[in-house]
Amino acid sequence: MAVVALATDKVLPGGVPVFVASGPEEREKVAMYLSRIMDVQVHDLENGVYVLVKH
Amino acid sequence: MTSVWVAVGIGFVLGTVARLAMLRTDFRQYPSYPHGYVSHLALGLIAAFTGAVVVPALILEEFTAVTFLVLVAQQFREIRGLERKTLERMEETELVRRGAGYIEDIAKVFEARNYLTILTALAASSVALFFQRSAWDLGPVGALAAGTAAGLGIVLIGKRALDRQPLGRIAVVREGQVHFKETLLYVDDILIMEIGLAEGRDAYERYGRGVVIEPKDDNARATLANFGQRQAIAHDVSAILGVRKDVGTPEFTPLVRLDLDSGRAALAVVPIEPDIEPLLAVVRRVPVIEGARTRPLATRPGRQAAD
Repeated sequence: MAVVALATDKVLPGGVPVFVASGPEEREKVAMYLSRIMDVQVHDLENGVYVLVKH
Repeated sequence: MTSVWVAVGIGFVLGTVARLAMLRTDFRQYPSYPHGYVSHLALGLIAAFTGAVVVPALILEEFTAVTFLVLVAQQFREIRGLERKTLERMEETELVRRGAGYIEDIAKVFEARNYLTILTALAASSVALFFQRSAWDLGPVGALAAGTAAGLGIVLIGKRALDRQPLGRIAVVREGQVHFKETLLYVDDILIMEIGLAEGRDAYERYGRGVVIEPKDDNARATLANFGQRQAIAHDVSAILGVRKDVGTPEFTPLVRLDLDSGRAALAVVPIEPDIEPLLAVVRRVPVIEGARTRPLATRPGRQAAD
């Protein structure tokens, strides 16, 4: 559904919106908001990228 | 003529009693009280009456009546569809879904219970009629007693035959330790899911409970592998103990996942009631759903593969 990333070099523009956060805190917050808004689960790819998935 | 009324009466009463005995808000928290009861009782009354009048109508050579009764019996086939539809519509509003397997199972049970009602009424009325019209004439009171005995017998046999196995009989259910390896949620050594948000991990670490379900044999292992069965476990746990979850928090949906090496299943849940013993009791009492009941050990290849 969406991607929240710390740095743009880890993601390429694809089918989903990419949100770039300025730090881990903002990433967490943006991911949490998006998760609650869209009823999607947040998965941490552990390379700085969070991917939001509708299960 | 009295003999027919006695037979129909006892059949009707016994059939109704049978339906009532099988109608309770049981472990599945369904049907709901009071309206669910009323609709099922109404159908039960019709079923009881249908069963009670079949044999007397035959004896009186009322073949038109018998034909209509067969038509009525056909209607009971629709009960399954009706229940399925209701439950499927309700899925949208459930925090934790029942799953198609569980719904099918519940619908099947409701249909079967009505057939058992018909059968009970049929047995009671035919026995009552027999003991008034044959050489062994017991009089109306004796016939009533015989009919009652026959009806109760069918109820008892039916209840035993239709009794569903609880999960606790095919598997050992014990507590498991909820913990994280980085962002991966585990119960003991079984991976459940990945939780990205620190907030979610925190809630699991604080309030999360884990249950490990170890199948007792390969039949049980195959049953646990059925996804519908596992969804039924998750649903029952959240229906009875509650789940710390609202719309928009998918990470708190309880999941039951398999350990493919051993066939064990594990449940991770954040219940509203944190006590572990009731949680284990709930899991043990989840019915083994019919669609998931697989018996590979009943086949030769299954037995060969088992060792």
